Amino acid sequence: MTMNQTGRPTAPASSALFDAPTISGDRGLDHDEALIFELGREGVSGVDFADVRVSDARLGGQRRRAPVGLPGLSEPEIVRHYVRLSRMNYAIDSGLYPLGSCTMKHNPRLNEKVARLPGFGDLHPLAPQSAVQGALQLISELSRWLTVLTGMPAVAMSPKAGAHGELCGLLAIRAAVAARGEKRTRVLVPSSAHGTNPATAALAGFTVDEVPAKSDGHVDADALEAKLGPDVAAIMLTNPNTCGLFERRVKEIADRTHAAGAFFYCDGANFNAIAGRVRPGDLGVDAMHINLHKTFSTPHGGGGPGAGPVTLSAALAPYAPLPLLVHDKKGFRLIEDRDALPACAAPFGRLSAFHGQMGMFVRALAYMLSHGRDGVRQASEDAVLSANYILASLKDIMSAPFEGPCMHEALFDDSFLEGTGVTTLDFAKAMIDEGYHPMTMYFPLVVHGAMLIEPTESESKENLDRFISVLRALALAARAGERERFLQAPRLAPRRRLDETLAARKPVLRWKPKPLAHAAE
Amino acid sequence: MRYLPLTPRDRSAMLAKIGAPDIDALFRDVPRQAVVPLSAFALPDTQGELGVERALAKLAARNVAAGAGPFFCGAGAYKHHVPASVDHLIQRSEFLTSYTPYQPEIAQGTLQYLFEFQTQVALLTGMEVANASLYDGSTAASEAVLMAQRVTRRPRVVLSGGLHPHYAATVETLAGLGGEVVRAPAEPGKSEELAALIDEGTACVVVQSPDVFGLVRDLKPIGEAAHARGALLIAVVTEAVSFGLLEPPGAQGADIVAAEGQSIGNGLNFGGPYVGLFATREKFVRQMPGRLAGETVDAAGKRGFVLTLSTREQHIRREKATSNICTNSGLCCLAFTIHLSLLGDEGFSRLARINHANASSLADRLSGVPGVSLVTPAFFNEFTLKLPKPAAPVVEQLAAKGILAGVPASRLFPGDARMRDLLIVAATETNTDEDFFAFASALTEVLS
Repeated sequence: MTMNQTGRPTAPASSALFDAPTISGDRGLDHDEALIFELGREGVSGVDFADVRVSDARLGGQRRRAPVGLPGLSEPEIVRHYVRLSRMNYAIDSGLYPLGSCTMKHNPRLNEKVARLPGFGDLHPLAPQSAVQGALQLISELSRWLTVLTGMPAVAMSPKAGAHGELCGLLAIRAAVAARGEKRTRVLVPSSAHGTNPATAALAGFTVDEVPAKSDGHVDADALEAKLGPDVAAIMLTNPNTCGLFERRVKEIADRTHAAGAFFYCDGANFNAIAGRVRPGDLGVDAMHINLHKTFSTPHGGGGPGAGPVTLSAALAPYAPLPLLVHDKKGFRLIEDRDALPACAAPFGRLSAFHGQMGMFVRALAYMLSHGRDGVRQASEDAVLSANYILASLKDIMSAPFEGPCMHEALFDDSFLEGTGVTTLDFAKAMIDEGYHPMTMYFPLVVHGAMLIEPTESESKENLDRFISVLRALALAARAGERERFLQAPRLAPRRRLDETLAARKPVLRWKPKPLAHAAE
Repeated sequence: MRYLPLTPRDRSAMLAKIGAPDIDALFRDVPRQAVVPLSAFALPDTQGELGVERALAKLAARNVAAGAGPFFCGAGAYKHHVPASVDHLIQRSEFLTSYTPYQPEIAQGTLQYLFEFQTQVALLTGMEVANASLYDGSTAASEAVLMAQRVTRRPRVVLSGGLHPHYAATVETLAGLGGEVVRAPAEPGKSEELAALIDEGTACVVVQSPDVFGLVRDLKPIGEAAHARGALLIAVVTEAVSFGLLEPPGAQGADIVAAEGQSIGNGLNFGGPYVGLFATREKFVRQMPGRLAGETVDAAGKRGFVLTLSTREQHIRREKATSNICTNSGLCCLAFTIHLSLLGDEGFSRLARINHANASSLADRLSGVPGVSLVTPAFFNEFTLKLPKPAAPVVEQLAAKGILAGVPASRLFPGDARMRDLLIVAATETNTDEDFFAFASALTEVLS
């Protein structure tokens, strides 16, 4: 035992005390935090405004009668509240975040800085177009990067997320089919697809026809061909696919799709594996959304905002939604209505107010300019290399359902846990105790107990090695019968396992004041 | 490349472990004709931070920021003061760089603020429940309409002429696929007669208040007319600060409220990202789109939060989901929640009153300019003026004088001759008396 300068022991004599409850309920840096509604009181505010009185004369009789019911707190209290909440979150800045299909790569802070320049962050969407030329030029420049990287001629910039981009692509396809005077009502979707694909096809008014995956993880191209017919509007294919594999027969699938008069929608969620190396346009893709919040590193922000521009083939380009951006002698110009359309344009409609996720565009362009074409390609290669390194390092102990090489994510199933009494969920929760965010669990659906690991290009080899050794040790522990370690996990997170069944059975979706005790009547 | 930690030596060692001769071997499933050399991409190579910042600052400098001079644009996006602590807190790594809270034990920070957000939205709108946000107000409005079609199993949708035209177009694009959308003609400054348009096949009536011209509407009569025929009332609000002074839609019979939350905590950002607020009655909760955070307990009995009722959602229900939505506006919700928490009841009410007082004072001043008249008798912080000549060129002339004077109605209603001379003007707490004076004198000059 060592002593500090006052002669007290610096190492614990006994560990029993560590597990004992503390007086406050907090544990060192681990604070619990009440809801803002439980902390506030009346007559306090974190903002100083004058108490201006206004008459009812111009309120049309609609003046609010009851107060809103917001709690009052000062600025220091608010700052502490949200700082404490933040400390209950795992984040890419604090550790490896191997969530497959989500591309949790480093978010450069330069991108945050430039998005906040007043010329972008404090710019009104309906300011006169003469006052927003730099913003329109930025959108045009980002569009150029996206069309060059995908090898496709056009891009619709307004979709606000990946699923919104899927909707954009399918509505363009719907319009193109209608323009040909055809009636095509079916969309083919592989069983391995993201849930958004079938949901979007249904939203766009199509019926969904599922195509099975083969035992090697690739879509069954023959089954797909058999399903093609004069009523098929499109196929929706994720490539690289959700099993982490590049669809080997993609070109053939595209050709057959086109021969049947249908369009090829590609889910671009996994573009980070191939950007700068493979152009989807060369593979026959007609429409593909690009998740700027994945491939081009705009921060995920706890679930958004995203941005999902959609690149379009020449056949679909005329149907891109409003607004359109054009460049002529007078400069850049937004076409916001059907009134002033160029001859070739036949937009299917509008997907949202204004012109898209400008804040994300600035960040994505900063990412692209920083990387350059060589850096984009190197990032894709490093992402694929890292995933293959994980696959190669773990496949002897965890079970990989498909032969490698993989693309930018490594897929395992739960057969290595067979007979251990440990499930994929338990395994994932044990990773939390080891300081890692778990991988994507139970997706894709075509693999039993799937574990989809996407390390991205942002990890050093040392970090990957450490991660690999932890997973190896966990797999060994599971097989060695250390079941409790898994079933009790997580023990060291801000919360133990949460009762999701209770949450769904008796939904409590907002805070409500406790009812006052009734006075005796 | 400064963002890539692997060294050439690491890469060789990793390839050796994999048993691949080179990186190309890992891409062996890619058809040969689809692999292109770097030179196929006509794009620049990697660049240092200084160069990138310089290039983007140059583009930013070609724009006129709202804060650069007297500023009066609104029409769905509003300039408000966002306290410095908001932007600091949302840039905390743990908020900024986390994903959707799929692992609730290590995402309580996100889940708890979403729960607080949902509570705040329910309180503001006067509704029972709210979701964890949608992309923006316009997509929230179109999701509300789809939900009304699901709930009522009716196809027809009636839109008020005072609904922001971008919102109307967004709704038409989606709801028109399997239904019929009827859009009443816009009548600036008036509440049009909508009841006659509602029939037994009508799913919902969509009314915005304050409407796109700034007019504060009374939703009660139209709500009663809708309910009498079994249709729902959807209230749209594009200026969330108005909740601080105006009667909430929930108190006026709204069944669903779809609103834009940008005004609270979020910058103008040239139109996005924003935050869609979506609130409804408890009985419709299982028909709601989007993520929901809910309260529960953990294995040790401690209160905690999770994403819940996910059987509505695409990752479970696939083609039978209530919506295809996956991403929400997480970080924008957080900015909204922090800003509203800072304001509290007192600050929010004062903010709303200052907005109305400023708009009233500006309306008085501008309607005193010869030839100019006020079109909207009741408003919150935005109103419409009729000018003695077309508004669009006037706005350009004022912009040349450094004043962004508002949004000409012709930009939103192109081809409608009645809109030609109308100017939609907003004033918020960020405007000063000097701004008002500058605007009035410049307008006088341009019109004379």
